[in-house]
Amino acid sequence: MGNYHIPVKYLFSKILKVEVMSSPPITSKTVELGTKYSPDFVCTPFKYTLGTFLECLEKGANILVQAGGGCRYGYYSELQEQILNDLGYNFEYINLVTKGKTSIKHIIKELKKINPHLRQVKLFYYGLIAKQMVKYMDKIDNFIRENIGFEVEENSFINLQNKMLRRFSKVKSLYQLRKIYKKYLKEFKEIKVNKGEHPLKIGIIGELYTVMEPFANYYLEKLLASYNIEIKRFTNVHYLLFEKKRKVKKYLKDAKKYIKYRMGADASDNIGRTKYLCENGYDGIIHIKSSFCTPEIGAMPIINKICNIYNVPVIFFSFDANTSEVGIKTRIEAFYDMLEMRRGK
Amino acid sequence: MDKIKVGIPRGLFYYYYYDIWKPFFQELNVEIVESIPTNKDIISRGLNLANDEMCLSFKIYLGHIDYLKDKCDYLLVPRIDNYGLANQTCTNFLAAYDIVHNLVDVKILNYNIDYRKWEQELDGLFKIGKELHKKRRDIIRAYHASIKRYEKKKNKDIKDNYDNLDKEGLKILIVSHPYNTYDEYIGKPILEYLKQLGVIIIYSDKFDTLETEELAYSLSDTIYFKYSKENIGAIPLVYKKIDGIIFLSSFPCGLDSLVNELVMRKINKPYLNLVVDDLDSLTGIKTRLESFIDILEQKRN
Repeated sequence: MGNYHIPVKYLFSKILKVEVMSSPPITSKTVELGTKYSPDFVCTPFKYTLGTFLECLEKGANILVQAGGGCRYGYYSELQEQILNDLGYNFEYINLVTKGKTSIKHIIKELKKINPHLRQVKLFYYGLIAKQMVKYMDKIDNFIRENIGFEVEENSFINLQNKMLRRFSKVKSLYQLRKIYKKYLKEFKEIKVNKGEHPLKIGIIGELYTVMEPFANYYLEKLLASYNIEIKRFTNVHYLLFEKKRKVKKYLKDAKKYIKYRMGADASDNIGRTKYLCENGYDGIIHIKSSFCTPEIGAMPIINKICNIYNVPVIFFSFDANTSEVGIKTRIEAFYDMLEMRRGK
Repeated sequence: MDKIKVGIPRGLFYYYYYDIWKPFFQELNVEIVESIPTNKDIISRGLNLANDEMCLSFKIYLGHIDYLKDKCDYLLVPRIDNYGLANQTCTNFLAAYDIVHNLVDVKILNYNIDYRKWEQELDGLFKIGKELHKKRRDIIRAYHASIKRYEKKKNKDIKDNYDNLDKEGLKILIVSHPYNTYDEYIGKPILEYLKQLGVIIIYSDKFDTLETEELAYSLSDTIYFKYSKENIGAIPLVYKKIDGIIFLSSFPCGLDSLVNELVMRKINKPYLNLVVDDLDSLTGIKTRLESFIDILEQKRN
């Protein structure tokens, strides 16, 4: 997912002493492979991850790691293992989350299967570094997202980000990581941007996998940036792992007029965010999800209602394995034109 | 004073909890308004109200809500999150209350079952009773009476199911959620056609749930959905006595897509996977059923 393979790779290579193969970037071939062996109406992330696993196995990986929970993400692993077994592959499958719940104890137990000499102190130390790395990456990402549409020199943000990530993957201590982060943050802030008086602001909400995986949403953020739009996105890995518990309660409280209970996965968060975006002067909202994502489908009528009340335009995208890029581009263009016209009024 | 009218939509929760709700409200002297069995009108109402990607069962549920909304004082829409750690329900069951609350403008009687947060059925029913201005003592009495009657009925169902198992003839296990099996639109026509063909039907939901939930783990180690566990747990329970299995699900059911797929890859019995969409024609399904039964008959002889 995006650039997150860097901290994960870092963590595993440090603690497990194995060669970590970061998954190849998702291509249409991956999706095709995944779709071929998946059940018919499973949600798209299943197809994507299965395709990725297949490609990794072809390249010679013999340990696969899967984690996830919330809705049916948590149940993916067993079926994927079965499908891959039926296809005749030989591998070890490490599942970090079982029955929708996980604990540190369980993770250590599973990891010891790979490396019996694993020391817990080491795990915690490098785990902490990886956590901080994710946090810094997300902060930089958020900054980039807000400014990339207005860069004067093309690709200046991306180039700098790649440089930073390369440095990140070689850090040795927490202190060093922090120093690198501070240094690059300064450099990012020095990049020239040309923001007009009031640029259009759009919030992106939706199902977590599709929001975070650039291939799954057809590089939607890049497309929006090319229209000089400032983008706000909430979901990132740091949020999911460490902030969600706290934030959900806040979201529920904020939007209590509309929802009373948690709705599974990210649905209630998205409703809270919709309200936040509507109240904070955003011009439009884009809601994206993979098709057949049940929790988000439940949230959609409510999001629609909130947007009607606040009179903020919202557009819904449902991505499948065979959605075409052109169709999305046309719809985004129309949405953009509409926002411009509303501005002009 | 007129009796308070509580509307109970005939979908999703109805098939799990109606046998508790009915005696409970009768004991409390509250009138129950049920919606009519699913028909085309209900479905088109549901389609109007629902999002186009929702599953058929939920569309039908919303259709019933729409039908009832001006016929009663309250609608009964519970929220059921989980029955403990490894007993989660479908996400539609969590979201039903909030969706209905936002879509239609009716007073809703609501209770929440969330064992992880210590919210159990009786607590929920207390809340309902309070809203209807009933006494706490009456509620407890009504609850126990209703549980008694529910268990009596449940035991009878289980006994019938076991009796069917011992009969001579072609026996097929229907693996499906009760809200699909007994729905007038999804399951009924299929079951009736099977009965016409002389098949003895065993229902996956008419077994002791404690037993089936435990047995489900023999098919899947990490499963944590309560209702799916009840469904697939019936397979190992009666595996030796049945001739074939029919998986019946509504399009696009999130849980069934994963769980049924996994089970199909593990079992070694003839099976048929039926996915029902809101198409009107039954002909395609009939053909598939016929050929499936032909295969089973041949295998038996």
